[in-house]
Amino acid sequence: MSLKRKDLLGMRDLSVEEVTLILETADSFKEVSGRDIKKVPTLRGKTVVNLFFEPSTRTRTSFELAAKRLSADVINFTTSTSSMVKGETLLDTASNIQAMRADFIVLRHPAAGAPHILARALQASVINAGDGGHEHPTQALLDLFTLREKKREFRGLRVAIIGDISHSRVARSNIFALTKLGAEVRIAGPPTMIPRDIEHLGVSVFYNLDEALAGVDVIMMLRLQLERQGIALFPGIREYATCYGLTPERLRMASPDVLVMHPGPINRGVEISAEVADSVSSVILDQVTNGVAVRMAVLYLLSGGK
Amino acid sequence: MSSGNASLLIRHGRVIDPGRIDGPADVLVQDGKIAAIGRDLSAPAGIEVLDAYGKYILPGFVDLHVHLREPGFEYKETIKTGMAAAAAGGFTSICCMPNTNPVNDTRAVTEFILDRAKRPDSVHVFPIGAITKGSEGKELAEYGDLRSAGCVAVSDDGKPVMNSMVMRRALEYARAFNLPVVDHCECKHLSDGGVAHEGLVATELGLQGIPSAAEDVMVARNIELAELTGGRLHLAHVSTAGSVRMLQAAKARGVRVTAEACPHHFTLTEEAIREFNTNAKMNPPLRTRKDVEAIKAALKDGTIDAIATDHAPHAAHEKNREFEYAPFGIVGLETALGLSLLLVEEGVLTLERMVASLTSGPANAFSLAKGTLAMGADADIAIVDPDAQWIVDPDQFQSKGRNTPFGGWKLKGRVVKTLVSGREVYSSAMSDAEHRV
Repeated sequence: MSLKRKDLLGMRDLSVEEVTLILETADSFKEVSGRDIKKVPTLRGKTVVNLFFEPSTRTRTSFELAAKRLSADVINFTTSTSSMVKGETLLDTASNIQAMRADFIVLRHPAAGAPHILARALQASVINAGDGGHEHPTQALLDLFTLREKKREFRGLRVAIIGDISHSRVARSNIFALTKLGAEVRIAGPPTMIPRDIEHLGVSVFYNLDEALAGVDVIMMLRLQLERQGIALFPGIREYATCYGLTPERLRMASPDVLVMHPGPINRGVEISAEVADSVSSVILDQVTNGVAVRMAVLYLLSGGK
Repeated sequence: MSSGNASLLIRHGRVIDPGRIDGPADVLVQDGKIAAIGRDLSAPAGIEVLDAYGKYILPGFVDLHVHLREPGFEYKETIKTGMAAAAAGGFTSICCMPNTNPVNDTRAVTEFILDRAKRPDSVHVFPIGAITKGSEGKELAEYGDLRSAGCVAVSDDGKPVMNSMVMRRALEYARAFNLPVVDHCECKHLSDGGVAHEGLVATELGLQGIPSAAEDVMVARNIELAELTGGRLHLAHVSTAGSVRMLQAAKARGVRVTAEACPHHFTLTEEAIREFNTNAKMNPPLRTRKDVEAIKAALKDGTIDAIATDHAPHAAHEKNREFEYAPFGIVGLETALGLSLLLVEEGVLTLERMVASLTSGPANAFSLAKGTLAMGADADIAIVDPDAQWIVDPDQFQSKGRNTPFGGWKLKGRVVKTLVSGREVYSSAMSDAEHRV
């Protein structure tokens, strides 16, 4: 089995069948990571290039481990070492990498649509590891994988996504994915962080966190990008934490077996209190573990699944 | 053929000069001027005769909004290639925006442009001077000097005047020279960081939006200031239903305001940017169906005076990149007629109204003695084959710019010949690549 596509650019384009295939494939790769010898020869001789134009520890490491556990060769390019600083265009940089016969380019880039440019121009498989405020499909896939492990069924699942929806690629990918899978998606945050017309994507919008959390099965907290204060999306961290921070009291609004998720890195005491982050409801570290399995599945399925 | 005394007889066409004539007629050109229009005119001895059977004979089009890029950005377009693109699109008069390098804020730059534009077989170029020195929005440019050097309007296009006092003074001071003040209405605070219309598509693509309100608040301000000062205001590239509504009300109460709309704004919506198509990235951005409908209605009832292209050529490498980093703008001179004719086909505009939007409408907005086939006027003429089907192929453009979202579109109606003062400046036979130099 394989994905009948060269690239993974976003959740919006994926069918339910494709999502299911990726999650089922990830099941078996999760088992590999649990072994003493965490390696299979699946992608031996293939080259994976992590091309990261934004700082990232978690995602890059996760892709690197995924590729290595599949026996691929991995190269990491990051902004500080890349030609970007010399004024080379993204396409030229990527074309050079392809000329070295890379099979996969995993791209993290601050501009929405950047991986689409490469996908159109290159023969290599392009995997979107986060493009601006657009999508972060492997994050959504690992979130889905984690949900499926704990909750089994997506249909009817009540999920609240909390925070700066406007600037969040994690929120977009999850909204596209969860609505497709039949979950009931609520989004909440200050009105300055809710993008226009988002309700047309099939989500309900809340400005009051307590209302948004009432009876939900899953809470996805988004990282507050502290640097965005400058353009006055909210008055300050103190007020944000008061109005939109997830505390143990607020957690009680949700269903008793609620799951708390966060794509990391977390700001303890800002969008999520330390107690909640470390509580039994938190599956934040499961997400990280599952990230490797899901990325192994994506690499494997894009390579033809042989 | 294109030189000589510029006299010829164009026969058997359908002559459309809005408000003057619409019907089968011949047009006699003598010494570069319109000498007679009527049925079965007899050809003076030895005069060249052009058969225009089945064709429209129209006043040459007038474009109030063109970026020729020279001086400073010759890699995008030159005055020469921009004029060739205009001629190919049936435009015989084009007004060029001052956002060159240096900015056209002095007589010297205006004279440079006019000098470069002075060619025997070319369209008329009318420079637009800057509102403020360096288009920095602070000190007024020297309108008296710019006017006498040949500028026909002032604008800080692309760098809208944010300071309301400066805008007030511009509208006030320009009255002394009867210059229209052209504003690209955009509140830079509201549009900050925006690259696409603030709506569902930008939300899905994760792009920072430019709300309609960024345009509307400036339209409102400018109309109030025009009313206060009695100055002549011209609104560039109207893109929102809100602008149309305010424009209509302002005109109804006698404010001296005119406006233009671009073919892309009455043809496309925000949907065109899906797949991050940078050739659909322009400012103001493509908006919603509702806005498109409002602009069409305003062209129909004359609330919007002119169709203008906002022809904005860019080099391929500048557009072939991340959507957020690509420059705003598309080329428009060579597709304007075909797209405008779609409005006629749809029944939105009568043919006469469409022709007026490309000729007398813009000419009157800037008080240019152009866009007419009146007796004694310069014989600036576009001959159009209304039945010619063609597919837009950007590689065939005369413009250096290939940045259009209309590549591959099938259009109907094409310019076959463009005359300036009776001299041929474009003929469709020359448009094939092998005839190009």
